[in-house]
Order: sequence, then structure tokens, then C-alpha cells
Amino acid sequence: MAQQRRLTGYRRPDGSVGTRNHVAILPVDDLSNSAAEGIASLVPGTLALPHAFGRLQFGDDLDLTFRTLIGVGANPNVAAVIVIGIEPNWTDVVADGIAKTGKPVHRIAIEGRGDLRVIESASRYAKKFLQDASEITREPVDRSDIVLSMKDGESDTTTGLGSCRVTAHLVDRWVESGGTMIFGETSELTGGEHLIAERCVSDEVRKRFQGFYDDYVEMIEQTGANLLGSQPTQGNIAGGLSTIEEKAMGNIVKTGSVPIMGALAPAEAPTGPGLHFMDTSSAAAECVTLMAAGRGVVNLFPTGQGNVIGNPVQPVVKISANPKTTSAMSDHIDVDCSDVLTQESTVEQAGDALIDLVERTINGRVTASEALNHREFTLTKLYRSA
Amino acid sequence: MSAPRPDFLAHRSGDAVGVAVRDLTPGPVKGGYLDSDAVEELELAHEVPLGHKVALRDIRSGDDVIEYGVRTAIASQDIARGDYVHTHNVRSARWLSSVA
Repeated sequence: MAQQRRLTGYRRPDGSVGTRNHVAILPVDDLSNSAAEGIASLVPGTLALPHAFGRLQFGDDLDLTFRTLIGVGANPNVAAVIVIGIEPNWTDVVADGIAKTGKPVHRIAIEGRGDLRVIESASRYAKKFLQDASEITREPVDRSDIVLSMKDGESDTTTGLGSCRVTAHLVDRWVESGGTMIFGETSELTGGEHLIAERCVSDEVRKRFQGFYDDYVEMIEQTGANLLGSQPTQGNIAGGLSTIEEKAMGNIVKTGSVPIMGALAPAEAPTGPGLHFMDTSSAAAECVTLMAAGRGVVNLFPTGQGNVIGNPVQPVVKISANPKTTSAMSDHIDVDCSDVLTQESTVEQAGDALIDLVERTINGRVTASEALNHREFTLTKLYRSA
Repeated sequence: MSAPRPDFLAHRSGDAVGVAVRDLTPGPVKGGYLDSDAVEELELAHEVPLGHKVALRDIRSGDDVIEYGVRTAIASQDIARGDYVHTHNVRSARWLSSVA
């Protein structure tokens, strides 16, 4: 058992704890990306979050975009937010949602002003927010303050045999310590979804999980498409995975053995500690963005063939047990647990090393994906805009 | 747990396939299970790259392929112990339109 490290974080007005201290410049829609990036270039150190959508969306798809943007702004890794939209109404929806956390939010709409006036005006707020955020200090926090998310990508059979077992060791320890964890990848439970259902803490949670699973898989199956090469991906197949069921079992291994306390809609935040399922795609950038909106402050990312994803809001920690990947793609790997594959180290030893690295990341250590400027911020779209 | 430096590992006793933990060439290989000390020795019929699967027993076409103690595939051809197992001889049991 590794000695427990002293953890520090940024405590926000709503009591949540962040591991980073960003001032986010958040466009409500694609049209506002230029202004957001303009502000971030005038005030270096702020974080623009450009994305592709936000116009003419409606119904559940619009709700998800709002929930994602509000959740990302509300994420404890964000100290303050500038919200920019082309129109004032939807800008207000996003800004009001974030402001409920008590953190500083400034909003501005582009119509009637134009990009340059917006950039000039909002940059003054961005400068002030950045200076104010620089005086927020880290304070001692506990594991129970920290929401970790997890997702595996470019999986192969070494993830199920190695990196996901090592991650599971952390999951069980973290939840025992009162921490909160989120996993997802709805279609990537196929073949083992009954194992997840059995672990749901109540009939209510089980019913909600099963509803998410059935709806997602029905959507996929209704296309009648041959999914081989998409799910599992070509990279998964090159790594030795033959079927969705085999890939799913690796995904499930990483969730450890603790009960599943909640089944969350995409981008929904957990309301209590323990392990939670979130309804997400398995596409890495979409999934990690939804989990950032769900208030994840560090993401654990087991990879087999070497997925390079990062996220601008929650640091992504890469874990691999594939010795070819940890050698050829070492630039991207934070934790090499390939010794587990050759049984030269135990899951417990590698798991304790992972916990140590994750706790250093919470305390401010820069991950490989952060150092390499991977900032994939990708909204999940449920259907076409009107 | 089986001895260090196995050629392949299987998740559960009773699994029909194991995973090569290094690049394997045809000939005698040995491996083990994550949940027991049993050692499995067999004659590998094909090259099996790191991360790819080897059959631990004969599987008839149409039979379930068990891995992690659950069905992870259906055999689309007869498979013999020691054969290389991948999309050419197994398929999803759930996504019926997904075939190589």
C-alpha cells in the first residue's frame, strides 16, 4: 500500500475542487470562435475553447450542447469564464448556468457590436479574471474532493490484460477513500452490459443505465451498418481485438469492483461519491469532453495502440501496458505498466505507481498531453441541426 | 498467478483463447491464467503477434468463444488448439452485420 500523498487543489465558491486554474473563453457557437481566440491571443494565459456547433440546434441536441458548455464552464478546473455568443439569449442561458457556481462570469453577444469591439471589451474582463485567478492559491484537499473520469482509447488486448486492470486498482482505492469516478462508453459495454447492470446500486439506477444502453445500441443497430473497423476500430483490430464484446470486456475491467452509484446523462455531473456511469460515445475527444462537463478534473486514459488525445479542461493521464507503444510512443505515455503483461510486476505495484502519478497530476504535474498541447474539445451532436 | 515471462496469458480458467504477450512464432509455447497457477503448454500453429490471440482448445464453427469467462465471439470456422484467432475465424455474436 503506497503512502498517501498530501493533495492540493483550488477550492471554488461552490465547494468543488479543481486541479487546474483556467480562465476560459467560451464561445456559445461556432461563429464566436474567432472572437474567443482573439481574446485569448490578446490575453495569453487564458484558454479559448473553440468548437464546431451551437447554431440551429433544437430539442435534446440543444439541451446537450447547453449542458456541455455550462458543465465545462462550471468545471472546478476553471476559475472564471468569458461567455461569447452571436445572439444574447443563448449566451445568457450558458452564462447563467455557469454563474450558479458562484465563479466570475462575463457575458457578451457579438450582434450589434462586431468581433473587434467584443474582443476589446471582453479582453479587459479576461485580463482582470486572469490576474484575480493568479491569486487563488492551492489548499489541502482530500481524495473525496476529487472527481476522476476514465476512458480507454486505441484499445487492444493489452488494455484488458494490463492498463485497465491497473486502472481498476486505482478505482477501487479511490472510491474506498470517498472519491468520485466517472466511466462511460455506452456501446462499448456490449456483451458485458449485464455485468454493469448487476453492479448498479439500486433498481432505479439499473433501469436508468439499461435505458441509456438500449437506446444507444438500438440507434447503432438500426443503421444495419457493418461496424467492424468503426467499433472496434482498425487500430483495435490491428492490436488484436476481434469483436465489440472482446473490446467491451477490457473497458469493463477498468471499472474495478465497486458498486455503480449513478447512471448519468451525457455531460451530467454526479451528485454523490462513488463510481458513476455516463452515457457517452467511445470517440475519445467527445467522451472526455462530456466527462469534463460532468466535472471530471483528471481523466485516466488506458491505451493500447497509443491514442494521443488531450483535453483543454481536464488533464488526461495516459496509461499503457503495450511494450511496443510505451517504446515507440513514449512521448505520449505517462504511466508504463508493460511489466504487468510479462508478470514482472503485479497489478498492485503498477496500480500504486499509477495512484502516485495521478496524485502528482492533481497537485499540478503537467501530463504528456498537456505538455504536447493536446486540447481536443469536441461537442457530441445527437442529430442534424434544423 | 503463473510464472513470470509467459508467452501468452488468459483471463479466466476455462477461457478458450489466450493473448500473446510478445510476438510468437510457430512451435511450442507456454502461458498461464490470471486467476490460477495452472501452466498451459501447446504447439502454436501460426505466427501470433503481441496482443493477438491463440486458441487454447478446439472450437467448432458456430460455437461460442469464451474469454474473460463470457462469450466474446462466435467461431466462424473450425478452430484447432494452437491456431491464431482473429477476425478471419471469429465474429461478433451481438452485432450480426459486423463481419470481416
